Amino acid sequence: MKIKNAIVLLLIIAIVATGAIAGINGFEIGNFKIRPIKQMLKLGLDLKGGVFVVLEAQTDATGEELDKIMNQTKEVIERRVNAMGLAEPNVMREGDKRIRIELPGVKNAQEAIDAVGKTAQLQFMNYKGEVILTGDQVKDAKVVFEKNRGNIPSVSLEFNSEGAKKFQIATREAASKPKGSSERIIAIVLDDEIISAPAVNNEIPNGRAVIQGNFTLEEASQLAALIRGGALPVNLIEVQTSVIGPTLGMDSLNKSIKAAAIGIALVFIFMLIYYRVPGFIASIALIIYILIVLWILIGFGAVLTLPGVAGMILSIGMAVDANVIIFERIKEEIRNGKSLRASVNSGFSKALTTILDSNVTTLIAGVVLYQFGSGPIKGFAVTLMIGVAASMFTAVIITKTLLKIFMNMNVFNNTKLYGA
Amino acid sequence: MKVIERKKLWFSLSIAIIVVGLIMGMIQGFNLGIDFTGGTMMQINLGKRVSVDEIRNIISKFDLKADILHVGEEKHEIIIKTKKDLNNNQRQEIFKVFKEKYNLKDEDLRQAEQFGPSIGKEIQKKALLSIAIAALGMLIYITFRFEFKFGVSAIITLLHDIFVVLAIYAIFRIPINSSFIAAMLTIVGYSINDTIVVFDRIRENIKFMKKKNYDDIVDASVNQTLTRSINTSLTTLITITALYILGVESIKEFALPLIAGTITGTYSSIFIASPIWTSWKNWEVRKGRYNAS
Repeated sequence: MKIKNAIVLLLIIAIVATGAIAGINGFEIGNFKIRPIKQMLKLGLDLKGGVFVVLEAQTDATGEELDKIMNQTKEVIERRVNAMGLAEPNVMREGDKRIRIELPGVKNAQEAIDAVGKTAQLQFMNYKGEVILTGDQVKDAKVVFEKNRGNIPSVSLEFNSEGAKKFQIATREAASKPKGSSERIIAIVLDDEIISAPAVNNEIPNGRAVIQGNFTLEEASQLAALIRGGALPVNLIEVQTSVIGPTLGMDSLNKSIKAAAIGIALVFIFMLIYYRVPGFIASIALIIYILIVLWILIGFGAVLTLPGVAGMILSIGMAVDANVIIFERIKEEIRNGKSLRASVNSGFSKALTTILDSNVTTLIAGVVLYQFGSGPIKGFAVTLMIGVAASMFTAVIITKTLLKIFMNMNVFNNTKLYGA
Repeated sequence: MKVIERKKLWFSLSIAIIVVGLIMGMIQGFNLGIDFTGGTMMQINLGKRVSVDEIRNIISKFDLKADILHVGEEKHEIIIKTKKDLNNNQRQEIFKVFKEKYNLKDEDLRQAEQFGPSIGKEIQKKALLSIAIAALGMLIYITFRFEFKFGVSAIITLLHDIFVVLAIYAIFRIPINSSFIAAMLTIVGYSINDTIVVFDRIRENIKFMKKKNYDDIVDASVNQTLTRSINTSLTTLITITALYILGVESIKEFALPLIAGTITGTYSSIFIASPIWTSWKNWEVRKGRYNAS
């Protein structure tokens, strides 16, 4: 029994150690590869740097109508964001009227907001200020270089059939007006600003038009992307922005990891000194707890933010609580004169209801916060619930198994080794 | 340790802290962060230590009433906080001045944040609502598993902790921002957990010590769970303190109330929760006796 238990114990320690090392450095056997946990966790903008903007729709619409407007808005923004070619952008609705846009890696907030939040109401207007057609009727927009204008970039537009027809009628009418008169002008207006006002010389039947202006290549591509992406159905105002420099993000992450490492080490030392053998067991259980929490977070695709990291580091301190409750009970039983084996058994079962009741109340708080909270509160609730469940599991299953193995080895049977 | 005997002392101590904190909060106002009031924050790495006066001089042309503080290991960084809601263009302009004057790179704008004024109220409302519902849920569970009086005592203890930490925010002028809510929620979770462990012991001891009075049962229970309460709060404090010492600025703001909350939560589970319950029980016994006679 003794040797078998020692082997099982060594095996468990080896597995846990491998898990921990694989978590830190990654793991590779043949084609089987696990990346380090640090790389697999999705990091929030506050940890990797970037820009986020919360835009609010200026509308009185409610219910289904609002829903429709917001979903359209989100789609348009998504198209524009995708055109920016970023690694992992994120566009989501927040509450009823808001849209949150996360742009990792972007440094210049202004450019990003301009590119994303422009209403981009493209209109073609005749000299009377009547709208001939709008951006919805544009099928495609791209940058062209017109040779006769010295290769200055322009934006070429292609209308859909309805737009082409309207444009043909309007150009025919304009071309019939006297030469040189302002009545020949068809202005191109973007967000109520005239960007070019060319005079029409001939009827244009093919559904094509060119916006000329003094664009740089970048401006022209941005304009083309805006028009392609479509107009936002509603005006948006910026209610919140945040720019985190990439160095600050990395700095926060590295400092948090360092804090976690030191914190964990100190907790190990404390548990080992105070509880001896059970303290060693608690340390193994704690490593398993941390691995479980991290893997569940990866599994859920959770995004780790700075408060999330802080919450996790805090939970490591709290996770030993169930172990502490068990060990204190065992010590009491030993002091009451019971044998080690009997003490472990009865201490364990007595601790169980305490652990259950105290954790269920915390879980209730977690569930409610998840249901009724928003944004960061929801994220916090998820981490809290995962933490509580994982700590109960490790304390009840892992700690118990390890305690039994230690007892069966018959080597560590002096009650002094149990902190009593 | 005699806990119940001196319960008036514990109650007065807590009430004193809460009253002092709330009065200070009312007189000088709580230090509301920009997430609650609306406003702008910019953190710039200047590469050297620059005096607050010099920075105030620079930004005075933007007509800013701003809080300026030094951060970072060598205090080379500054944080400028204004209640004015500056848009991105304005922020870029301000940074441009610093950039030229101190020869900075784009990356030296470490972070910038802007909040419209309405955001904070919403977060606040939702957080309060969720804490209220969570408290109700816990009350129901505790009533079901223990008894109603334990539930009420636990919730009062929870409120006690929230108010004490709020008082600490007021006294030390810690900015109340969105991490404040996360801190409060953590404290709620920690406090209730801690309290239940003590209550659980009381519940168990009542079964064995039928003849003794409530004061003795509670004293014994608190003492039996004392080592556990202290050890758990020690390990928890170890990890938060590491975070406080090593963390970046925004984490420090978050860690400090958590340290206060952990200590309060431990204190209240020993000195507030059980004495409330005992007082109620004893009052009921006395009332019953008078009714009978």
